[in-house]
Amino acid sequence: MSIAPSALLEIRNLSVHYPGRANWFFQSAEPKRAVDGISFTIPKGKTVGLVGESGSGKSTTGKAIIKLAPLTSGQILYQGADIGSMGNAGFLPWRKMIQMIFQDPYNSLNPRSDVLGILSEPLEIHFPDMSKSEREQRCAELLRDVKLPPEHLRRHPHEFSGGQRQRIGIARALAVQPELIICDEPVSALDVSVQAEVVNLLQDLQEKLGLTYLFIAHDLAVVEHVSDHILVMSKGQIVEQGLPSEILSNPQHAYTKTLLAAVPRF
Amino acid sequence: MSAAPLLKVQDLGVTFRSSGKETMASANVSFELRQGEVLAVVGESGSGKSVSALALTRLLPGEPTCTITGKAWLDGRDLLDLDETEISKVRGKEIAYVFQDPGTSLNPVYTIGFQIGEAVRIHNHHVTNVEAAVIKALEEVHINDPRKVANQYPHELSGGMQQRAMIAMALACNPRILIADEPTTALDVTIQKEIMDLLGRLRKERGMSILLITHNFGIVANFADHVQVMRHGRVVESGTAEHVMNHPTDPYTKGLIACIPRLGQRRRRLTTLNEELSQS
Repeated sequence: MSIAPSALLEIRNLSVHYPGRANWFFQSAEPKRAVDGISFTIPKGKTVGLVGESGSGKSTTGKAIIKLAPLTSGQILYQGADIGSMGNAGFLPWRKMIQMIFQDPYNSLNPRSDVLGILSEPLEIHFPDMSKSEREQRCAELLRDVKLPPEHLRRHPHEFSGGQRQRIGIARALAVQPELIICDEPVSALDVSVQAEVVNLLQDLQEKLGLTYLFIAHDLAVVEHVSDHILVMSKGQIVEQGLPSEILSNPQHAYTKTLLAAVPRF
Repeated sequence: MSAAPLLKVQDLGVTFRSSGKETMASANVSFELRQGEVLAVVGESGSGKSVSALALTRLLPGEPTCTITGKAWLDGRDLLDLDETEISKVRGKEIAYVFQDPGTSLNPVYTIGFQIGEAVRIHNHHVTNVEAAVIKALEEVHINDPRKVANQYPHELSGGMQQRAMIAMALACNPRILIADEPTTALDVTIQKEIMDLLGRLRKERGMSILLITHNFGIVANFADHVQVMRHGRVVESGTAEHVMNHPTDPYTKGLIACIPRLGQRRRRLTTLNEELSQS
């Protein structure tokens, strides 16, 4: 790499605080600092891994980027534009650029809709000019991209296995041709054998489409495998960051050491 | 050296019948479990590993929906031959279960203490001070403030704490065999390690036998004595954990081991099962 890749996304001092519940005497409690002043950048075409245990604020960080969690303070710059301060209407063109894949493939797909409906919805919102047959053609292409047969368009989520459902979730994220995909624990709910297939698929798609990933997970072994840069989060703050090889060979923070020790070795 | 096995399973098979169609969930499953030993049953979802374990105490729908064949001897008694009253004395008392998802296996409307106490009241009539037994059970699974936790409801606890409470419940009646069905799959890696360490310690202290069901070879290493690999309802490979992990012979076993990402061995791609199976 001769020149440093330009930052696609830059997070400056991001905080998400949830108000504490007021007690009997109407004194409000301390706010819950889910994310507490974190800064990082995601270079274009790269994968940044975000590890931490449940409650560390890693998922909230991912949600805050696409306005699924309220921003308390800080800036979210997407190619220089401050998307954090935009209203929902102003954010719409950027929402197309940033998509999300969720952890639980069983709960993130509408059980009443068939695959065609699931994949068409984002197209209807972001590409209103597309005709019905164009949409259907695009959906079939998307299924091929995630290595599912196009005949599956008429099936419903319950007819698929967990790994297949996660592929549909990936296809839905790809539908609007995003640049950045926030993968929130995309493989944590899957069997190890299926996990390997989904991780490989994500890497193939990155290569083919030039995607940028924020890969959120609690398993350091998976994060190390996919990431170009790793952020370690604990209690709302980034406690350590660096290249995968650095984090692995020379962890500085006690929490990183705990995470490393928890990965089974054999 | 070989003491008589505590549990001996021979040709266990489970078949489900629904709207005229028969589905074989597992067939010809045989294994032996000695006292204090850990046997890991490894396989993907749908390989029949959980169903075989549930069949041991007949925690499955009855005839004609589900047919169980084969033998399962516990102390010379065939569990599959026992009537409903007898088998309910085995469940919880001799063989206890810990399931994958603690969030859904605990009853949301009762306190943790009540649910652990329930197991004690049913199986150990001689225990007069149930509350003390509950506190002791919670202490054994390393819960710091057992009195407080006993009065809490499941939703007030984290996933790791819920799983500890499940283990406390399973152990409250001193079972001889613990069947742990994917006990850490729903948990973070750090909590996973704590729970596996806890199970390992309890096994040593109590001389309890554990049947560990998992899809992840990663947690089998350093924990199990024997391993049995299942695929499509059949056992494809079995042996000592060390042997199976270091010298797997079946391509399916090789694939399951190879697909786990390992720290510090960055490869371009992860090996998938299909690649491993198509090579052979």
